[in-house]
Amino acid sequence: MIVLLASLPFYPLVSFLVLIAFGKRLSWRLAATVSVSSMALTVLVSAILLFELSTSQNQVLSVNLWHWFDLSNQMGTGAVNVSFYLDGLSAVMISVVSGVGFLIHLFAAIYMKDDANFSRFMAYMNLFIVAMLILVLADNLVLLYLGWEGVGLCSFLLIGFWYQEKSNVLAARKAFIVTRIGDTSMAIGLLLIFNTFGEFNIAAVTTLAQQADIVTDPNSGSSAEQSNNIYWIALLLLGGAVGKSAQLPLQTWLPDAMAGPTPVSALIHAATMVTAGVYLIARMHGIFLLAPEVMNYVAWLGALTLLLAGVAALAQTDIKRVLAYSTMSQIGYMMLALGAGAWSAGVFHLMTHAFFKALLFLTAGAVIYALHHQQNLFKMGGLLKQLPFETSLFVVGLICLMALPGTSGFFSKEAIIAQLWSSNTAGPMLWWCAIIGALLTSIYSCRLFFLAFLGTARCSEKPQAEKSILLRSALIILALLSLFGGLIPLDLTLVFSAAIQTPLVQLIEPTWLHSVAIITPFIGILFSWFYFKNYRRSPLKVTEHNIEASEGKFVLFCRQGLGFDAFYNMLLVKPYQWLAQVNKRDVFDQIIMLNVWYVGLWHDSLILVQNGSLRWYLAAFGLAIILLLGVSFL
Amino acid sequence: MLANLTSIDSLFYLAGLVAVIASLKVVTGHNTVHALLYLVVSLLAVAVCFYLMGAPFAAGLEVIVYAGAILVLFVFAVLMFGLGKDETTNAPKHTGLANMLGAMLLAFALLVEIIVIINNADMQQNLQATVISSKTVGIMLYGPYLLAVEIASFLLLSGLLASYHYAKPDVTGGPL
Amino acid sequence: MTTIPLFHVLILSSLLFAIGFVGVVARKNTLFILMSLEIMLNAVGVAFIGAGSVWQQADGQVMFILILTLAAAEVAVGLALLIRMQKKYHSLDIDLLNQMKG
Repeated sequence: MIVLLASLPFYPLVSFLVLIAFGKRLSWRLAATVSVSSMALTVLVSAILLFELSTSQNQVLSVNLWHWFDLSNQMGTGAVNVSFYLDGLSAVMISVVSGVGFLIHLFAAIYMKDDANFSRFMAYMNLFIVAMLILVLADNLVLLYLGWEGVGLCSFLLIGFWYQEKSNVLAARKAFIVTRIGDTSMAIGLLLIFNTFGEFNIAAVTTLAQQADIVTDPNSGSSAEQSNNIYWIALLLLGGAVGKSAQLPLQTWLPDAMAGPTPVSALIHAATMVTAGVYLIARMHGIFLLAPEVMNYVAWLGALTLLLAGVAALAQTDIKRVLAYSTMSQIGYMMLALGAGAWSAGVFHLMTHAFFKALLFLTAGAVIYALHHQQNLFKMGGLLKQLPFETSLFVVGLICLMALPGTSGFFSKEAIIAQLWSSNTAGPMLWWCAIIGALLTSIYSCRLFFLAFLGTARCSEKPQAEKSILLRSALIILALLSLFGGLIPLDLTLVFSAAIQTPLVQLIEPTWLHSVAIITPFIGILFSWFYFKNYRRSPLKVTEHNIEASEGKFVLFCRQGLGFDAFYNMLLVKPYQWLAQVNKRDVFDQIIMLNVWYVGLWHDSLILVQNGSLRWYLAAFGLAIILLLGVSFL
Repeated sequence: MLANLTSIDSLFYLAGLVAVIASLKVVTGHNTVHALLYLVVSLLAVAVCFYLMGAPFAAGLEVIVYAGAILVLFVFAVLMFGLGKDETTNAPKHTGLANMLGAMLLAFALLVEIIVIINNADMQQNLQATVISSKTVGIMLYGPYLLAVEIASFLLLSGLLASYHYAKPDVTGGPL
Repeated sequence: MTTIPLFHVLILSSLLFAIGFVGVVARKNTLFILMSLEIMLNAVGVAFIGAGSVWQQADGQVMFILILTLAAAEVAVGLALLIRMQKKYHSLDIDLLNQMKG
């Protein structure tokens, strides 16, 4: 069993190596078989491990592969091993990653069939799975950081997959740089952890932190300093999570990352990588619980992102960008949950979100492909009649997103909202934010649906759907998971055992909390039904066929991500460019060139001596002898 | 010092004077052959100096080899190849001592320095009266300096070959 | 018999050397330069003979013989080069040989 756990990331790793080594020489069939079957193996092993976990003691499995290196400071020796740790939280993550990953690989194998660089694509996808598995299975922070960087790398490689297009490369670069800022914050946090506790092992760090908090002896300076450090550690780790999960203020990269192929958007920017930040906070919950102010920040960041992304999604014209902002918004929900202390609910929402968001993205991909790579919503329409299969799947995804009763999204979102009102670190204001967020979610979902699938067909060409059985079955499985995934029993109480908090202030919850939460999406649907009736209705007159995107100032502002891009451009990019312009001749280079100038000066003056005249040379001999004799004489 | 001069010593100073004057005439002359002849005179005067310093073999060599072979070679070359015309493309308008001024300054400085240094070296030695005969020199040459003699012969051979080669008339179309 | 101080011999030697030096540096005609070189070599020989007489060793004269050999070879080669120069440039001006400049 332990061997199985240790071997989990190696199946996709082997596939990656094979595909990279033999790349172009493999036929499509062979490359697809290698990559998808490695994912199938991973799913199988994950399932076996899950079963094993439920029957094992302590509900924990761990295995040590090899000893990596040692670091030591005055607090102790931090041994860093490559070892994997499987508990309830990791089990959820590996099943999501491998399960959804497998389905997306299957979809991608057929979707990217005609691409010239198919092997490279599948290789990068497999490498991503390897890095993600290492990230979630790591038992110490250094190995986690390795996985963290690995997923960042794969994100870069995959966003810029079609690198011949300059805009794709720029989007990839932007993603990398913005997440880099978060990664740096996280690295500083890691170093601070080591400085404070002398350990990198997550369990050890959590224990030490709790001990430091209990001992509140003011005379012992080290523990007081440790408590102070815990606040900063939590804040820095939050910075890392914010970068990777595209929350405020580092959210600008996610909409542009839609430049990558659709399976990439589904896998990385919906289901797995962007949830790495959520996983980090959940995993380090021991630290975060000891810093309640930081948890409050987490909750507020989540809520603000939630609202901001919801507003931005209302103004988008590209179908994938709507889904990107939707992802941003839903991760805001997860952050809100974690900040409020609803750990299990946040992780549960992570799981269900992975299902329905992957479904939405893949279906959107199928639609885009069918319309010959048309992504503009205002050039779609009337697809209900032309692409019924895709439409129905999209409907399934959307109702899960809106959290209509009975779907998996409903269970997870209600679980979150229920714990917001009386949480210590959240409160009524954040509850209202969540409700407004749900309202916005339903409004933009309906807008999306009406524009793309109802109304008249604005696309000039006839859609050609992809009719592959494998592709459709992958989508159907995702749809089933989205609908019924809420019934999966998720027992994370053992993982978060320390997290059960008693409310400081006993707020009496109003009785209407629950009902308001349930009817909010319906209010949204009702509102959109009438507000967007132009989009959904087939107009009677022929001249009204084309609907144009609104170009009002406020709408444009929202479309461009509420001005964050422009703000960062003004704050960071422009000064840097100005500085580079000023330093065009490179100050340091000029200082070194001073040396060259000096030598040149001597050259120009001494070259006059070498004039080729023999008598001059002889006279110089004589002069030299005179001088030498004179010097010796003195 | 003048009162103690014996006739032999005064001959030395006279020969030295002749050598210096003749050298000056060589350096400032314009006619090539005249300058060569003055050079011969200078060398002969120096040979006299050698003889008076108790080195008859050197004196003989000076006359026979230096004045009698080397300078004769000079004269032959000058007369045979027409090197005698003093053609200088950048001939100065006024030939005189003025264009030698810089060199004279340098040489004067050099002379003064050397004499001052030798003066400070506190040499009290006089030349000895005994003559170093050819026999002694010959024993030296065949003894410790044998290798030097052989190398000197190499030098002469290479000089011979080089001068033969360079002085050949140009044959067009063949290797030089 | 002779009471000539070595100092005077060396004065003679350095005087002849300086005169030769003037000739080498100041004259343009290559032939005159060669002649001045001979004067300088001769001056060195004077110094050697004087020293050999002071220390009563034949080494001074041996040194002089070697200098003589050197002078002979040098004159031979020098004159040959001079002949070539005359053929090429039709002049013996040493300032014509100035192509080795920097």
